[in-house]
Amino acid sequence: MTTILYAGLLLGILGLIFGLVLTFASKKFHVEVDERVEQVKNCLGGANCGACGYAGCDAFAQAVVEGKAPVNGCAPAGEKGIKEISRIMGMEAPDTEKMVARVLCQGESGVAKDRYIYDGYQSCAIAAGLAGGPKDCRFACIGLGDCQDKCKFGAISMKNGIAAVDAAKCTACGACVTACPRNVLKLMPLSQSVIVRCRNSDTARMARAVCMDACIGCGRCKKECQYDAIVVENGYARIDPDKCTRCGACAQVCPCHCITID
Amino acid sequence: MNEIVNILLFMVSCILTNNFIFSRFLGCCPFLGVSSKVGTSVSMGLAVTFVMTIASFFCYMIYNWLLVPLGLTFMSTIAFILVIAALVQFVEMFLKKSSPTLYSALGIYLPLITTNCAVLGVATLNVNNAYNMLYAVLNGTFSALGFLLAIVLMAGVRERLESSKIPACMKGFPITLVAAGLMAVAFMGFSGLV
Repeated sequence: MTTILYAGLLLGILGLIFGLVLTFASKKFHVEVDERVEQVKNCLGGANCGACGYAGCDAFAQAVVEGKAPVNGCAPAGEKGIKEISRIMGMEAPDTEKMVARVLCQGESGVAKDRYIYDGYQSCAIAAGLAGGPKDCRFACIGLGDCQDKCKFGAISMKNGIAAVDAAKCTACGACVTACPRNVLKLMPLSQSVIVRCRNSDTARMARAVCMDACIGCGRCKKECQYDAIVVENGYARIDPDKCTRCGACAQVCPCHCITID
Repeated sequence: MNEIVNILLFMVSCILTNNFIFSRFLGCCPFLGVSSKVGTSVSMGLAVTFVMTIASFFCYMIYNWLLVPLGLTFMSTIAFILVIAALVQFVEMFLKKSSPTLYSALGIYLPLITTNCAVLGVATLNVNNAYNMLYAVLNGTFSALGFLLAIVLMAGVRERLESSKIPACMKGFPITLVAAGLMAVAFMGFSGLV
């Protein structure tokens, strides 16, 4: 009986001593961590998406406090988060325009011609490597959802074989832009609501042959635009967001319906 | 003079003949888990060396000055675990404060070692072999250096395996285990050396 008592007592006392020593040590050897690191971390997107170029939200917060990273380096933090971080760091919030990822393709199934029926592993990157992808257009969205998989904010969905971005959920982290093997997605200012949704740089005839909604580079939008905001280069139109007044005249005249207004 | 020779022989036997991994088969978990790169394996080996040395010292004191007088030697395992866990925690805090460089070099490996069977193994072996304090600490240090040697050699082998042509079914862990087995066979050549 005494043995059990001794055994229990010994372990109890040892545990108590170690506990006390550790408690004391944690106070004595406490390392001051800048409290701003924690505060900055709370303002971030928190998805550890890595879009800022650091190993994670913790590393980024540390870098911001040390002054190595810009306060607006975290796109998912949003305007509000960036303002809050700037306040914590005692700096003026830099002017940042809210960006959003746009899908520059309208080649839904039925609109863009299929080259073959792809039945393999559901990944755009793999499908793109197989005879140039399942759609005839080499600029088209393949529609197997690599961007959807990479989006940590649930902003991308697949509709009719192409990607669609929910602008309200998109934080412009850019994960989808890097994931897309076709560069169909592009980060654009949210305010730029008039978008040319095609990047086909082939000749008009070739573009038309592979997709009903392809930009053929006819230049009618350019003629229509009173503000000189549109350039037609490499066979497709582009809109300069600085000059565009979002009047929408170009979308009216586009014979291929590839200019849309959000 | 005789004593010095004995100690030297003891060191050789700890590192080569009674290598923790290849002849005692202790600490195989970090040996397989953290041996994919030479750099990280060195950090792990150093952390193990550090912890095993102080753990043998403290466990020796607890066993001979507390458990033996109280007649509680059957409690050695649980007492050692308690000591090692508390010790590693303490050392981690101490290093974080006093030597951030060493702390970041050992990094995550330090807390991981708390549950490494090699550390408990060295404490138990010291008791079983009735080593005195000097030999207990030497056993801790040099067995851990044996571990360091083994894990670094293994990491070197695995880095080469990365770029070699291996049948699909043998890729990854199977070929690693085969390599580990062959290394154990090679280390058997040291048996009878001391």
